[in-house]
Amino acid sequence: MSLIECKKLSIGYGSKVVCKNINFEIDKGEYLCIIGDNGCGKSTLLKTILGLNKAVSGKIIIDKSVRQGSIGYLPQQSDMNKDFPATVREVVMSGFLGKMGFRPFYNREEKAKCDKVLEELDIAELSGKSYKDLSGGQQQRVLLARALCATDDILVMDEPVNGMDARSIRKFYSIIRKLNSDNGLTIVMVSHNIDKVIDNATHIVYLRGDMAYAGTKEEFLSSEYAENFKLGGKA
Amino acid sequence: MSIIEELKYYLSFDFVKYALIVGGLISLCCAILGVTLVLKRYSMIGDGLSHVAFGAMTVAMVLAVVDMYVMLPITILVAILLIRLTDRGKVKNDSAIAMLSVGALAFGYIIVNLFSENANISGDVCSSLFGLASILTLSSFEVWFCVGVTIFLLIFFVVFHNKIFGVTFDKNFATATGVKSEVYNNIIAVIIGIVIVLAMKLVGSLLISALIVFPALSAIRLFKSYKKVIIFASIIGVINSIFGILVSILWGTPVGATIVIVDIFVYVICWLIDIITRNLKRA
Repeated sequence: MSLIECKKLSIGYGSKVVCKNINFEIDKGEYLCIIGDNGCGKSTLLKTILGLNKAVSGKIIIDKSVRQGSIGYLPQQSDMNKDFPATVREVVMSGFLGKMGFRPFYNREEKAKCDKVLEELDIAELSGKSYKDLSGGQQQRVLLARALCATDDILVMDEPVNGMDARSIRKFYSIIRKLNSDNGLTIVMVSHNIDKVIDNATHIVYLRGDMAYAGTKEEFLSSEYAENFKLGGKA
Repeated sequence: MSIIEELKYYLSFDFVKYALIVGGLISLCCAILGVTLVLKRYSMIGDGLSHVAFGAMTVAMVLAVVDMYVMLPITILVAILLIRLTDRGKVKNDSAIAMLSVGALAFGYIIVNLFSENANISGDVCSSLFGLASILTLSSFEVWFCVGVTIFLLIFFVVFHNKIFGVTFDKNFATATGVKSEVYNNIIAVIIGIVIVLAMKLVGSLLISALIVFPALSAIRLFKSYKKVIIFASIIGVINSIFGILVSILWGTPVGATIVIVDIFVYVICWLIDIITRNLKRA
């Protein structure tokens, strides 16, 4: 059963189409990577799935088991407000806001889950620290914790390792792999960092403006596009 | 007379009490809103909207109706439009505010010049731009209106502070996870419109930004948590304004400008504390 299905989807801004004819399904437990050149609409596709951007045409069907507001989202770092005064705990707790409807305050279970997530990601000791004083890698783990508070099912990430050093990247990917294999979290990720991504992914969506390829990693690697990609995309 | 006796003497007048109450309340509202506005990069919105309110006031003057009836709806409407347009990236917020600000000011000034029956045009304009003495001529209706607005704003911000944090910190994430960001943004815009119109009485339309940005910036210098920033900004916002009003009564300085100078002074102190504590930590 698929959690998210895109049917004949065209994405873009206003009436300007960036990529058309996108067809793919995301099943539970998959690790899906969206790859493609700059400006081909990877981030736009994510934003359209999340409902932040209107689809130009076509449909996105989200399964009922994925409740409204239970997609965890890790935005691109550059979208963030870098000097916002907030403690790590305040940021992570804000992951619950969508589930709360008009209930104003956090309840006990949410506070307990926040502690658990901080523990899991190895950032419990940062809890009272100021978000803006953290390193890029730490900030990203805090935002990951926030996304995990928002979801138990599916985690959507936009260029999550941009601007991190090699060690933080390794650590970050190993956390994601663990979430996928141990917690059964479905992963959808946009990335430039193709080698690392391909290692972990089970499925690939490749965007190229006029078309979108979707398949398992093995299918993708043996397809004609894999060659194209290595020649064109990485040079 | 000693200063204390002199203060006691002034405080026996109702209009002085009203001025202090209203001044404190408006500053509280401005400081609370200010934290959100500064963090959303809307520092100049107070300036822009207050010029719109000035334009609306001149229209009310020509039509000879109570100025609030024209100022409130127009200012609120423009506030909602401004935040919507810039949030969707249709207009850059700094240029949108700049256009609006000078446009409304020019429009208002022309209206006053063409239609004013009062010979002292520059006096009229000056008092609405700098809020000269209008804070000392408040009616009891205005005082109660102000109390009502403050209570509503406090309840809204206390009850929904988590949501407001979410929408301010990262609107995309909030919206993607199902928070009704537009609803909160619109309510905030309405409150901004009302508070700006009220604040014109206190400091006039040229100096409103000071009430909005200084307490927030001072608090951001000193505190790391969002909650503490809001609480501290409210406290110094109120203290600065009451102190400023008292000083202006005692020494006969203009109310609005005196409050702004106090705000600047406190900001500099917070800035120094910030620098000193940073250096101590490093050492």
